[in-house]
Amino acid sequence: MDEFLANINVLSWITFTPLIGMAVVLCLPRTAGELVKRLTLLFTGIPLVLASMMWCVFERGTSAMQFTEDMPWIAAWNVRYTLGIDGLSLALVWLTCLLLFIATISSWKTTKGVKGYFALLMLLEVGINGVFVSIDFFLFYVFWEVMLLPMYFLIGIWGGERREYAAIKFFLYTLAGSVLMLVAMVGLYLASSDPVTGEHTFNILTWQTQAAAGQLTGYDLFGMPFQTWVFVFLFIGFAIKVPVFPFHTWLPDAHVEAPTAISVILAGILLKLGAYGMFRINFPVAPEAFHQFIPMIALLGVINIVYGAAVAMAQTDFKRMVAYSSVSHMGYVLLGAAAATEWGWTGANFQLIAHGTSSAMCFLVVGVLYDRAHHRRINGFGGIGMVMPVYFGLTTIGFFASLGLPGFSGFVAEAVTLWGAFDAFPTYVAISVVGIVITAAFYLWTMQRVFLGPTNEDYADLPDITPRETLCQAPLAFLCLVLGIFPFLLLDVMQPSIKHTLDLVVGAGG
Amino acid sequence: MTTADWTLLLCVPLLPLAGFGAQIFLGRRLPGRGAPILVGAMGLAAAIALVQGFRFIGADVGELRSSVEAGFSWNFLWTEATPGTPNVAFGLLFDNLSAIMLAAVAPICFLIHLYSVGYMQGDRRYHIYFANISLFTAGMLGLILSDNFLSFFICWELMGFCSYSLIGHFHDKPSAAAACKKAFLTTRVGDVCLFLGVAILFSHYDTVAFSALFAGVQETLAATGGEYPGWLVAAGLLIFMGAVGKSAQFPLHIWLPDAMEGPTPVSAMIHAATMVAAGVYLTARAAPFFSEEVFVVVALVGSFTAIFAALIGICATDIKKVLAYSTISQLGFMIAAIGVGGWVAGLFHMVTHAFFKACLFLGSGSVIHAVHTQEMPEMGGLRRKMPITYGTMLVSTLAIAGVPLFAGFYSKDSILAAALGRAQSGGGLLDTLPAVFLFVAAGITAFYMFRLMILTFHGAPRDQEKFDHAHESPSTMTIPLVVLGLGAVFSGSLWIANGDVLGHHPWFPGLVSAPTLSGLVPVAPAIAEHAHGQALWMSVAIGAAGIALAFSFYQWGVFSAEAWAKRLGPLYRAVSAKFWIDEIVNTTVVRLTVIASAVLGAFDRGVVDGLVNLVGWGGRKSADLAGFLDKHGVDGLVNSTALATQALGAGASTVQSGRIQQYLLFTVLGAVALGAWILVR
Repeated sequence: MDEFLANINVLSWITFTPLIGMAVVLCLPRTAGELVKRLTLLFTGIPLVLASMMWCVFERGTSAMQFTEDMPWIAAWNVRYTLGIDGLSLALVWLTCLLLFIATISSWKTTKGVKGYFALLMLLEVGINGVFVSIDFFLFYVFWEVMLLPMYFLIGIWGGERREYAAIKFFLYTLAGSVLMLVAMVGLYLASSDPVTGEHTFNILTWQTQAAAGQLTGYDLFGMPFQTWVFVFLFIGFAIKVPVFPFHTWLPDAHVEAPTAISVILAGILLKLGAYGMFRINFPVAPEAFHQFIPMIALLGVINIVYGAAVAMAQTDFKRMVAYSSVSHMGYVLLGAAAATEWGWTGANFQLIAHGTSSAMCFLVVGVLYDRAHHRRINGFGGIGMVMPVYFGLTTIGFFASLGLPGFSGFVAEAVTLWGAFDAFPTYVAISVVGIVITAAFYLWTMQRVFLGPTNEDYADLPDITPRETLCQAPLAFLCLVLGIFPFLLLDVMQPSIKHTLDLVVGAGG
Repeated sequence: MTTADWTLLLCVPLLPLAGFGAQIFLGRRLPGRGAPILVGAMGLAAAIALVQGFRFIGADVGELRSSVEAGFSWNFLWTEATPGTPNVAFGLLFDNLSAIMLAAVAPICFLIHLYSVGYMQGDRRYHIYFANISLFTAGMLGLILSDNFLSFFICWELMGFCSYSLIGHFHDKPSAAAACKKAFLTTRVGDVCLFLGVAILFSHYDTVAFSALFAGVQETLAATGGEYPGWLVAAGLLIFMGAVGKSAQFPLHIWLPDAMEGPTPVSAMIHAATMVAAGVYLTARAAPFFSEEVFVVVALVGSFTAIFAALIGICATDIKKVLAYSTISQLGFMIAAIGVGGWVAGLFHMVTHAFFKACLFLGSGSVIHAVHTQEMPEMGGLRRKMPITYGTMLVSTLAIAGVPLFAGFYSKDSILAAALGRAQSGGGLLDTLPAVFLFVAAGITAFYMFRLMILTFHGAPRDQEKFDHAHESPSTMTIPLVVLGLGAVFSGSLWIANGDVLGHHPWFPGLVSAPTLSGLVPVAPAIAEHAHGQALWMSVAIGAAGIALAFSFYQWGVFSAEAWAKRLGPLYRAVSAKFWIDEIVNTTVVRLTVIASAVLGAFDRGVVDGLVNLVGWGGRKSADLAGFLDKHGVDGLVNSTALATQALGAGASTVQSGRIQQYLLFTVLGAVALGAWILVR
């Protein structure tokens, strides 16, 4: 199977199969709604199968890029079509494939513009997976932009009441980040040189090794070194995506307006793109600047954790609350990154997957209730637990996974991150645990108001969760649990790449 | 111990865990809604725990022993860790203490399972209930067997979750819904302290395994010449805070009385065998990390809680609330014991307490089952209707009151002896206070427990209708009562066999010995011996006084409770209002948190998001301005109005001009063409 996957250029297939699906779907007549859905399921299913196969044969214990593909693309600028996957990206690619597949199932009831919706959904998958597998930063950037368009329309057309505001806010925010990234990209390109040909290059791995050797330098600008500029530009670009305080306010709006499936993708993967960009590009290409900015990154991490949790507690909209909990959870990623220890980075990367599954589940939970009651006011329910017992059970899993109950993956991420960061930032860690308590408080408070207590007569005959909805949530619940009990299943894959990247960064700047 | 032994031990928590797994998915469809299978699994686990316990107690497991040494472990984070990176190996810990705990907890949990079959009959969420108590049990058993702080913490929190679900079992009741949340959040405050404490230890020793940490602390102390560094003191205090939350010590005790909202067997489980015992167990396990200051804090918190909760117990009228405060008070005894250096005594009391408190709770459940009320003023005279319940509860009451020959006497006496020894050896106020608190609390305990017995079982029925309805409970409920009642007599000392009536040589201290407690100044043996002799008679006398007083008030009517309540005025009001701790917490911590979150929420919406919208508005306006100037040909000016304006304006204006579509169209077309080419190449 190993050779087979390498021979067929599996990463290209994973990335572009949904594009074929999109083309096929767009050729169908407007009336073929059901067929569109089935085809989408097929074309998001194929990447999932391929990614799962890749997971099985992925060689553990090495940090080298695997399943690489390489060919020239734009010769004039030495832009190459270079793909590859390692421990940092493998799990994210797999999660992307899974969540898109789940999103398709979860969108089954869509009636408005079916063709366009599912076509855009598949285009979105192309963009996301493309970012994760790109080793050439130009390619990375192209995919990064590709991803923007479907997201903009998916929120702007299929969203809720204030969808246009939310979509434009999302779009402009990300675009602003992209512009900064573009500048940094050009700068890095001009600073770099291919070790063999001496040409400038967009190859991220070359950048990393050059930066580690202190060769990736340029002119100072306004008294700040080249590296600092690069770092800051990239960091803002990625921080918007994470999102890092104070760039986070697009997130709740986007979530609240987006349809359920899109929220799932947004929280599950899109936020991870920012963090992935930091670990893959931002920190390694500017290691010295990274070390300068460590105190700030840690501080932002703590603000995200505590502030995000406190603001989540103040929300009365169910979905907005979950959105802010994401802000809080992504703070661990920053804090772990700032720790610059193996445990810190491991916890941060583990959190990407842990949060990807648990937050996706929480948004599915909200969607189920919204589909039935057509509102999301936390105070407008009560006693749903008695009315919808199976749904209650799944929600309990989702909530407790999200609040970091041991036994679920979120706990492993939090514990490894915080214990790993304690040496460097004892005070910050001590403050962060306040966030843990607040997180538990707002989830349980929500639980109490929505699910416990006497049944609200208006909702006394809501039907329990359907098999289709269960099918969406069950795999995520299963993942939260399995990764919480057997974290080595994931960490054995991640660990070598994390260590390799960390060594590059610490070796150069520390 | 062989691998087979370790595997058998591992089965003890795994059996209820597997039962839980099966129950969650199939429970509704299984015969008897899954209960027989779970009771069976639990029975098997209890049997293994007893067999393995008795095989190895005393003989083989005198010292802390982890299965990691035998290669029986599981690498949690990585299967093959990179050298130099701390990993966590999960192994089993087995020494005399965990063997005894296992042999006591597993059978008690089995009895509670059995009892629940009858008690919960007809409940709508019967199968969920059984799933939860099995998971709860698995958590406690796993915790006892944990050889490191990580798996310990996982089990610890697992119990927190199960208590949440079980306390909220009748969650359509608003009070139950509030109580479960309160329990989880209050204990979680303690939990994160424990988490931080472990973080401190981890940051210094790069490990979370108990044995490695103990060795590390000894090295640190050797390096500093016995001086405890500040971080180690902090770690000790934080870890103890975890126990304060879980074992419901002041001021985090507030969740436990409310936890009575759960079904009664759950209360028995929480109070006797699992949750709260875990905190004491933690304090004991972590005692080698404690410095002198920490021990003082432990002793004061424990002894204060003992007297504080006992006082509240006097005034409560809800039978389960009395027992709840009694538990808090008894836990205070155990914690205080560890604080004054009676490490063994504290754990001994935990084991005996598990039997008589489980019996008392199940007995109260039997009463509630019969009369359908928890208010003691509506009971009375039930002795004749429910002889088995009465007999077993009476035995347990004698045990908790510390009457000689009963289990509680042996353990409580050794706690009081330890406290007295500490007081006589130190002599300072901080050394004396725990002893004073504990002796007074022992007297009050005897008083309020007999008050409970008399109000419930003696005298004339105060509610005839309820009395007529009452009946003895079915055998699934009475058999556990009888077994636990036997425990309440004999778990302290098999005095029939060894004739050791006055408890100079109970079995427990012969098997379990304290680890090296470097932070504690040992009490000289002569003083300890002397104190033991004194404590014995003092505790018997004070217990007898308490019992006599209870009878004078409630049975013989020598004193009138109402008159005394009036005479004590403010004190009585304070006690019956539980010293307003709940109100204080609600108006400070809870309300401040909610207000802070509301303020931050408004800040986020108004200020942070407001700024974003302002920038957006500014961008749009400057784009308009740029367009206006551009149109009127003042190019030079535009060029000089900085790059930022353009960047901001570009984003905003493209949306309006439709260029966004063009831009993205090209991107997509490019991607499509590229993808197509790559796939067909």
